Amino acid sequence: MEKLTIAGKSFSSRLFLGTGKFRSNELMEQAIRTSGSEMVTVAMKRIDLENPEDDMLRHITHESIQLLPNTSGVRDAEEAVFAAQMAREAFGTNWLKLEIHPDPRYLLPDSIETLKATEKLVKLGFVVLPYCQADPVLCKRLEEAGAATVMPLGAPIGTNRGLRTKDFLQIIIEQAGVPVVVDAGIGSPSHAAEAMELGASAVLVNTAIAIAADPVRMANAFRQAVEAGREAYEAGLGSVSANFEANASSPLTAFLQ
Amino acid sequence: MQIIVNNKAMEMAEGSTLSALAETLRLPEKGVAVAINNQMIPREEWSATGLQAGAQVVVIKAACGG
Repeated sequence: MEKLTIAGKSFSSRLFLGTGKFRSNELMEQAIRTSGSEMVTVAMKRIDLENPEDDMLRHITHESIQLLPNTSGVRDAEEAVFAAQMAREAFGTNWLKLEIHPDPRYLLPDSIETLKATEKLVKLGFVVLPYCQADPVLCKRLEEAGAATVMPLGAPIGTNRGLRTKDFLQIIIEQAGVPVVVDAGIGSPSHAAEAMELGASAVLVNTAIAIAADPVRMANAFRQAVEAGREAYEAGLGSVSANFEANASSPLTAFLQ
Repeated sequence: MQIIVNNKAMEMAEGSTLSALAETLRLPEKGVAVAINNQMIPREEWSATGLQAGAQVVVIKAACGG
């Protein structure tokens, strides 16, 4: 399997993991380790001064893991820049998952603010991985603005509905000059494999693993699916027939005659 | 004087620095970021940053999220 390179950094795993919704930090840590992921997201919150709690960072900090702080909770480009600066200070990395979704019902990314924020953050020296609509025109604009990847959605965050945007993802992948990471909506290993077979560079999975009955085994299943899908893409999938007529795999004439 | 830290009122001596606040709050050496009035203050500037009465201080740390 070819290695994935983002902003000059090389990754053996093409499975990125989110850290939300796990039943415990210990379970999250085990799932991350089993997944083989080398890119793990982290969010930010205000410290509760009266109730100190377990520091989740110690469960995900590892030399093989690139932390990917996100800007979840911001509503526009200005807030995103502020969140990015806080993240860089707190976590010591300039990598950033830019996500601006002002509407809590569908959590769909605001394309205009995302593009504005990408332009600003690239100038400020951030490695920007924007979560975005599966819009091929927007993805090209984000790339031109200096985004290190584009991360179009398959379906709304946490819905497990799979690649509802498949046709547009295909166009995005075909046009992209930066890695395409399918983010959001991937609900099962088959969805992840499907994205990888399309030629996605990586997938970002959170809910599907975190809320599984056994998140560690599900992380293992996703690891295998991502590897299988990528391997199939690199091996070159056969074309799909335009009609239902069979095309024999075995010789039909030489046996009984 | 009174300042606001993560939406809660707090008393600090006049002329206190951000370093003094960090000590009072027992902030860890890593994994946190602090902003005053929506301006992030890098850790190396904490000792030279004075707090004014009414300052809005935000202290963040890591949280689980996707």
